[in-house]
Parts: sequence; structure tokens; C-alpha cells
Amino acid sequence: MPQDSLNINGKAAQQNTYDAIVVGSGISGGWAAKELCEKGLKTLILERGRNIEHIKDYTDTTKDPWELRHHNSITEEDRKNCPIQSRIYAYDEVSKHFFVNDLENPYNQVKPFDWIRGYHVGGRSLLWGRQCYRWSDLDFEANLKDGHGVDWPIRYKDIEPWYDYVEPFVGISGSREGLPQLPDGKFLPPMEMNCLEKHVAARIKENFNDRVMIIGRSANHTQKVGDRGPCQYRNKCQQGCPFGGYFSSNSATLPAAMKTNNLTLRPFSIVMGVIYDKEKRRAKGVRIMDSETRKTEDYFARIIFLNASTLGTTSILLNSVSDAFPEGLGNSSGQVGHNLMDHHYGVGAYGSFDGFEDQYFYGRRPNGVYIPRFRNVNDKTKRSDYLRGFGYQGGAGRGRPWIADGVGASLKEQLLEPGKWNMGVGSWGEHLPYFENKVTINKEKRDKWGMPTLDIDCEFKENEKAMRKDMMISAAEMLEKAGLKDVNTYDNMPAPGFCIHEMGTARMGRNPKTSVLNGNNQMHEVKNVFITDGSCMSSSACQNPSVTYMALTARAADFAVKELKKGNL
Amino acid sequence: MNRREALSTVALLLGGTIVGANVFLEGCTPGDKKAAAAGGPLTFSNDDIAYLDEIAETIIPTTDTPGAKAAKVGEFMTVMVKDCYDEKDQKIFVDGMQQLNDASRKKFGKSFMDADSKQRTELLTEIDKESKDAMAKAKPEDPKPYFRLMKELTLLGYFTSEVGATKALRYVAVPGRYEGCIPYKKGDKAWAT
Repeated sequence: MPQDSLNINGKAAQQNTYDAIVVGSGISGGWAAKELCEKGLKTLILERGRNIEHIKDYTDTTKDPWELRHHNSITEEDRKNCPIQSRIYAYDEVSKHFFVNDLENPYNQVKPFDWIRGYHVGGRSLLWGRQCYRWSDLDFEANLKDGHGVDWPIRYKDIEPWYDYVEPFVGISGSREGLPQLPDGKFLPPMEMNCLEKHVAARIKENFNDRVMIIGRSANHTQKVGDRGPCQYRNKCQQGCPFGGYFSSNSATLPAAMKTNNLTLRPFSIVMGVIYDKEKRRAKGVRIMDSETRKTEDYFARIIFLNASTLGTTSILLNSVSDAFPEGLGNSSGQVGHNLMDHHYGVGAYGSFDGFEDQYFYGRRPNGVYIPRFRNVNDKTKRSDYLRGFGYQGGAGRGRPWIADGVGASLKEQLLEPGKWNMGVGSWGEHLPYFENKVTINKEKRDKWGMPTLDIDCEFKENEKAMRKDMMISAAEMLEKAGLKDVNTYDNMPAPGFCIHEMGTARMGRNPKTSVLNGNNQMHEVKNVFITDGSCMSSSACQNPSVTYMALTARAADFAVKELKKGNL
Repeated sequence: MNRREALSTVALLLGGTIVGANVFLEGCTPGDKKAAAAGGPLTFSNDDIAYLDEIAETIIPTTDTPGAKAAKVGEFMTVMVKDCYDEKDQKIFVDGMQQLNDASRKKFGKSFMDADSKQRTELLTEIDKESKDAMAKAKPEDPKPYFRLMKELTLLGYFTSEVGATKALRYVAVPGRYEGCIPYKKGDKAWAT
């Protein structure tokens, strides 16, 4: 926005001035707020949606299925208002208030793209899958080695202490495995595998010298973390947990930030743009619109963290135009909005197992098993058909037959006992950073607040498609070798976005000409603006990304405050 | 049975009280249902619910544990059809209520509500087989037969009901812990969720 449009009186400016502004209260924004507040900065966190108070606003999650009008099913109205959101596994009768109304929050699919969003305090940290896997140098060196994207300006050694720092606070359960491609972390005790998973893990180890199957590393707390948890094994995480059994901004980082008395939280605040001061060559604040009153207001701070989610942050940057940055804030490189990635998934195999009829399980474990990447991890595992790799997530269970032939007592009888054990694994694959996978703002089509909408133009290409074949075949091969019967494969080929790991549109890099952020998540061109949500990612790896966002955020906050104290910002 | 006979059956069954505008419109016995086909918001009368309860109870009867009627599955079906079905399936379901009753009349000379429980089981066993055969021949995009819809809603409604989940199956709202391998012996009930 043009800076000369500002007409602020001194008093208002003073009242609206903080040491730091954090835009967005999701998984990375919560961390930014916590770190900045704990370092003594008066911090304003802006959230475009409504407030969600931990526990109090997790409505209906303690209800039994029969107490819900539709026994947790979704309705035609849900499908009408939320045609995109309602297709996500986490969308149910109770959790649906954590997803946006698609009709009120439009975007434009140049190619199919599922944009899954939660506009409220806590964002998608309430809804996330909770899987936490460190990256390794296999990932940080990938771009440099094969020439896709730009070289990451950091290596594992740079982020390792920050994984160490965030993990104990997050509260991640997991097993230590000593794998070079999936470094161990600071874990709570691991969850247990069930008997079929134990069997399959043992058979995989016997049959394949290059791979293992481990219990998932999940931000479900197997022990108390401060006053949070432990997990009660209800497996209703996406509804919000009244026990604080998993990590979210609402349960963990925002209360910690609040405790410092340095945090101000302003919900209903749609950030229209970052206000840039051309003379001082720095951002001086942000302009918001109150989503309820539609009034605009300016807030000022010495440093600004953008954590509005990958596409939210991108939208803010592209809307922040000024004489100095006609193409969007800090976008002289022209990279903002480009290199959009997700993970490609929805492919794998499943089968049933004859045996363990005398075994069952207790509790609903909100976690599965993980098979870390084993392709292209060294010379021996190098593939000629595609670059990079994938991991598997899955699990075994002993379901109840839900339907059978006939009616009456004999039908009922057949449906009361558990059936055979079965197991499935699905794969998450790396998506290369392609410049042409991009998001741009559309000023012709505006939303109900008058803000430009996004045109999303993203696809999976040949490398991903070649990888998927292996993802499917290798899944079936492992399950068959493990002794499962009736092994079937599937490939749903969901559109990009559906994995909800969108990232990469304001990437880190060494060169300001080809990247937006430096190795400290600081904008090359606007030194007091930091971006630590998914948009900062230079590549996608194949691991679930949230814990990496958290580590990068804590690291960037530490750097920012040190710079501030040195007088550099 | 002609329309006049149908109307007299209504009067008989309801003790002279007519419930629900759709009864006036179509002269339906409980279960005879054409409102959806006529457009307008879909409504179900108490008699419809009673009829669906009996269908559900025939599918999942009371044994050593309560059946679908005790779980109020009839009412659950109406809520689900109204709120969770698209118009196409709503019509299939509602027309199916009529078809099922017609089939009862054809087979036994009386409505489903007038049939005894043995006759109901016999009829629904037949219709279940027909719908299974129809599904075997159908293309994936074809709609499900009406009885399949009724059966699925009955099973869903029953096993997620309080009696279904806690009496027919096992249910623990807050397990508190996870154990991956515990002993199981034949006859032990499955977890409801």
C-alpha cells in the first residue's frame, strides 16, 4: 500500500505501537509470539478469525456419538458451504467449526488445488495431523545436489539445536532409531505398536536391509508436558482436546506467551498489507481491516513476523505494494508466490492378515506407524526413474464388519465381534520446487472484505508421477513380504493442497536475486520482516513439516531479538 | 388396496387421528410416502418414524441386547435423510418407503405395519437379496437401492446409539491409555469406536 496514504495522529500511533507484531496465530505464529514475549518484547498477535479459547471453545468434543444430531456425520449443508474443506478426513460434525466456509473465502483454481484452512485463533494447529519428523542434510542438501530450486542457506547443524529447543515444549512421543535420514529428537516415551504392526515391523526388518517401520512420532503427549495432557486415547484430536493431550497454539504457545503479560491478541484482524517506510528501508507496521466492523487500523512495531500460513503470507506480501516494491513487499526477485509445493500422497496398499485372532487392543491411538524414506538416500538406493523420495504412514487394526448379508438376529450376530486384522500404508512424497507452480493475486475477483483473491496454479509433474508408481508398488511389496493376504493397491491422486502441506512461496536462499528470505528467515530486502511459516521453505522433503516450521521460528525469533538489541533493526 | 381402503387403514391405525399433512395429500398409510417427489421441504410424520422403527427393528432386532427400535433408529433415519442426503437419495429413500409397503401388500395382502414379525423378516430378507443382486449388476455411479440406504442407516444409527455402542458393542468414552496387544477370546464384543 502506498505509504503516503497514511494519515495517523501521534496518539493513535502510540497506542497502536508494539515492539513486535506477529501476523497469524497458527503453529508458527504461536511460536513466534511465545518466543518474542518471553524475550521481553511487547507483542501484538493479529488473527483474521475469531478467538478460540483452549478447552472452553472445544464445543461438543466430550459428547458421545449418540448425543450428536448426526452421530458425527456431515450434512448436505456442510457439503454445500464447504465443498473443499468437507472432503478432508478431519472434517466432522464437531470439528467443522474449525474450517472455513468455502463460499465466503473464495480462491481461483487455475489448476485443481484444495486449499484447506482454519480462520480462528490457533489456526490449523488445532486440526493438524501431529506427526513430527526432523529433516536431515539429505533434505537440506537436495536442491544443491540435483539443481532443483535454490540451495538452502542452512544445514542440519544450524537447525539441530532449535529442534532440540522446541521439541520438549511441543511434547513429541517417539522412538529413538539412529537413522541418518530421520534424526532422533527429544522424545517423550513412544506409543506402542499393536501385535500386527509389531509383526510387520519385524518382517520388514528381516526382508529389507534398507528400511524400517517405526511407531509414528506424534505431538500427542504420552506423559504430562507442563500442565498439558497426557493423551487420553480418544482419537478426537481434530475437535480440540479438553485434556490438552496434543500440542496446539491454543494449548501451549499462546498460554505461554500470555503468561509473560507481553502479549496482546487481536482477533478479527485481516491484514491488508505491510506498511513500508521507503526512507528507512524497513517495515513500520501493518494495516488491518476489522473483519466485523470493516474499519481499517494501523499497527506499528520494530519487527514483524509473518505467520499467516503459506498462502496467507504470500497474499499479504503481494498486496503490500509501494513505490519501492511495486510487485509486492521484498519481491524484487520476483519469487514471491512461486515454487509452491505440497506433498503428493493418497497412494499405497492395504491387506488383511490371518492370525492373531486371540489378540486385540485397548484405546484409540491417535497415531500410526512410519516407514522413513529409503529411496535415493545413498548411492546404493539411487533410482534412475525419479529424484528424492517418500515415506509411509499407516497402521494396523482389527475392525468390526459393518455390514453383512441378510436381516435379523443372524445379521446382528455377525456384526458384534471384531473381524480379521488388517493393515494399510500410504505414502507421502516430495514435491520438487517448480517456478511455474505459483500463486498470484486476482484484483478482479475480490472477497467479501474487498480483498483480492488468489489464483492458484500448481500441479504435480513427471518426477512426482514416476515416484508414485514406486510408492504404490513398494507398499504392496512390503505388505506381501510381511505376510498380509489380499493385498490391494490404490492411487487416489489428490490435487495439490489436499495434503495440507503447502509451502515454498517466499523461499529462503543465499542469493537475494533468486530468493526472498535469508538463512535467518529475514527478508533480504526488508530486514525487520521475518517469515517463518511454510512459505519460507526452499524444498518440501517428504516429512510432515510443522516441527521444522516451529524450529525455524524459534531460531528466527532468537536472531531477530539479538539483532534488535544490537541496534541492527 | 385402493385409495379409499388406504384411507380407512389410516383411520384404523391412528385411532381416527390423522397426523401429518402428507397423509392428507396422498392418503398414505404410515410408510406410504410421496411428499419428496412432490417437491417442498421433506417432512416425516410420527407414523413414518414408527414405520421406520419397525423396518430398523426387523433389520437389527432385540435379542439378548436391545434392538434398533430401542435405539430410536427410525427417528435417526429421518434426520439423516433430511440433513445428510442429497435430493436424489432422498427421493430413493422416500419412494422406497412406499415400495416396501407395496411389496408387503403384494406378498401378504397387508401393510408392513400389519404384517407380523416373521412376515417382516421374510419380506426384508427377500428385498435385501434383491438389492444385493441389483448392486452386483449396477455401475459404480448408479444410486444405491432404497433398501441398502435403509440398511446402512439402520446399522450406522444403531451401532452409534447408546444401546448399540454400550450394550451390543463395547464403548469407552475416555480410554485413558493405549495397549497394543490385549488378549481376545471368541465372543468378546468389538469396540464401538
